[in-house]
Amino acid sequence: MSQMQEYEKVLSSSDTSVAAFEEHGKSFVKRAQHFLHSTPAAVPLIVLMLSIIIFGIAIGGRFFSSYTLTLILQQIAIVGILGAAQTLVILTAGIDLSIGVIMVISAVIMGNCAITYGMPTLLAVIVGLAAGGACGLLNGLLVAYMKLPPFIVTLGTWNIVMATNFIYSANETIRDADVDAQAPLLHLFAMSFRVGSAVLTAGVIATVVLVAVLWYVLNHTAWGRHVYAVGDDPEAAKLSGIQTKSVLIAVYTLAGLIAAFAAWVSIGRNGSISPSAAVTDYNLQAITATVIGGISLFGGRGSILGTLFGAMIVGVVSMGLNMLGADPQWKVLLTGVLIIGAVAIDQWIRKVSV
Amino acid sequence: MTQQAVLTARGLTKRYGRVTALNNCDFDLYPGEILAVIGDNGAGKSTLIKAISGAVHPDEGVIELDGKHVHFKSPIEAREAGIETVYQNLALSPALSIADNMFLGREIRKPGPLGRWLRMLDRPAMEKRARDKLTELGLMTIQNISQAVETLSGGQRQGVAVARAAAFGSKVVIMDEPTAALGVKESRRVLELILDVKKRGLPIVLISHNMPHVFEVADRIHIHRLGRRLCVVDPKQISMSDAVALMTGAKKPPEDALAA
Repeated sequence: MSQMQEYEKVLSSSDTSVAAFEEHGKSFVKRAQHFLHSTPAAVPLIVLMLSIIIFGIAIGGRFFSSYTLTLILQQIAIVGILGAAQTLVILTAGIDLSIGVIMVISAVIMGNCAITYGMPTLLAVIVGLAAGGACGLLNGLLVAYMKLPPFIVTLGTWNIVMATNFIYSANETIRDADVDAQAPLLHLFAMSFRVGSAVLTAGVIATVVLVAVLWYVLNHTAWGRHVYAVGDDPEAAKLSGIQTKSVLIAVYTLAGLIAAFAAWVSIGRNGSISPSAAVTDYNLQAITATVIGGISLFGGRGSILGTLFGAMIVGVVSMGLNMLGADPQWKVLLTGVLIIGAVAIDQWIRKVSV
Repeated sequence: MTQQAVLTARGLTKRYGRVTALNNCDFDLYPGEILAVIGDNGAGKSTLIKAISGAVHPDEGVIELDGKHVHFKSPIEAREAGIETVYQNLALSPALSIADNMFLGREIRKPGPLGRWLRMLDRPAMEKRARDKLTELGLMTIQNISQAVETLSGGQRQGVAVARAAAFGSKVVIMDEPTAALGVKESRRVLELILDVKKRGLPIVLISHNMPHVFEVADRIHIHRLGRRLCVVDPKQISMSDAVALMTGAKKPPEDALAA
């Protein structure tokens, strides 16, 4: 082989075994930090368990009833779905502020198509999903090709879509009874099953299935790995041969599509279809669930299961405080504390690598 | 030269606004050789490498691979054509595992329906091949192939990037400062690997500031200065100090140097 430099001669007797170190020197805190680093959904799961236990003790048996716990699930289904969409975007180090209004305009389009224009309901649903996907595609094109910051792009489309929603619908609500009479398929996700005193709706099941599917895609397919890589270090991802633009476009489009799916679920939950729902801060609720769920706003880190736990934490806290008869503002205050706590923990866990 | 070049570039020019990074630059790489590219900081070495690896589109000039015109729109096209690059910044995703990084952009899917319809990744196969490659490189200090790259030391990260290129390159392997962050033992391993790759018949482009390393392994040295090829020299016929003198402009190149 090559002629060695003098100081390199001793290399031939180098150790060739795989390195191993004794770990007893590590403190419990260090080991916990390592565990949390490799298992990003653990923090929200622990917080969820703790909040269930705390409210369970404070309120008593009423809280632990399967009826109450499944009611929480029904309440968080929509935010859970929107949070799943938001997770995809945040994993690429972006943010989607338009996700809530995309859901509302998709619901209005589904309702109008089915009831006002008399289309077959299934077609109306497809048109609604396509509208949501198109809004997401617009976001994706602006982020990937115009290279505008996602915050600005979606701040813009948030306003554009909200205004379009009010202009298009003339702010007219489609009544629950009309939906039931003419397009019962739109109420599909209101279908409920009773298991003892537990009540599960199709919406809850859809949320869990959606998160499970996305979890599989993100962790066990090449595309999912690319989503993480793009959020982690876009330059490195590009040099590794990932088509970062198509990944970004796919992520924003999928987020819009999922928001439109949330619209279908929300029609089931609310009964009527109201364009004025566009003023509700669904986008911020979805971001809250995502952040409490441990998805890093800097991209590339976190597990989508955490988002579901994050949405459940908010649900448990608000239900618990409600049952305790507390002022609803306490829920808002606690949510704020949870957000800051979650981001602080995220920063602490990251230090494991430094 | 009677042999046909594997990779040729003629008249490459690349400007970034008012800065000219490449100025009518030529480049030739012959089969089975190790061509070192040396030059001062800012001479345009990295831009040259990016142009031939598809990461940068030259404003002017042509690139030929095996005598055929190529226009790489992205590094992935260059990789598909068989040009594998180890970038100076390594192009690794810190939060992903070693195995995921090595197979980023060309993942192995599970055989059968799981892979075809559910697109499931074959993690065990990817991890085994990654482990084999790293062992071949002598990177034994990596304990766990599924640990995140950000938990590795700088030298270990370099090793992962070099192993990735060595594992996949089929026509040309380009290495931008492959030994810059490595320890004595790892540098030696990388140099041995470079010679190993050469033995398999693959030509290598080596960009380095480390003159002893360059003079040890290179067959020819391309000296880059002010955005273009100043001359090509034979390391057996020139001293290190002369090479440095040429590179920094302290000395004019000999008349026949381009023919080396």
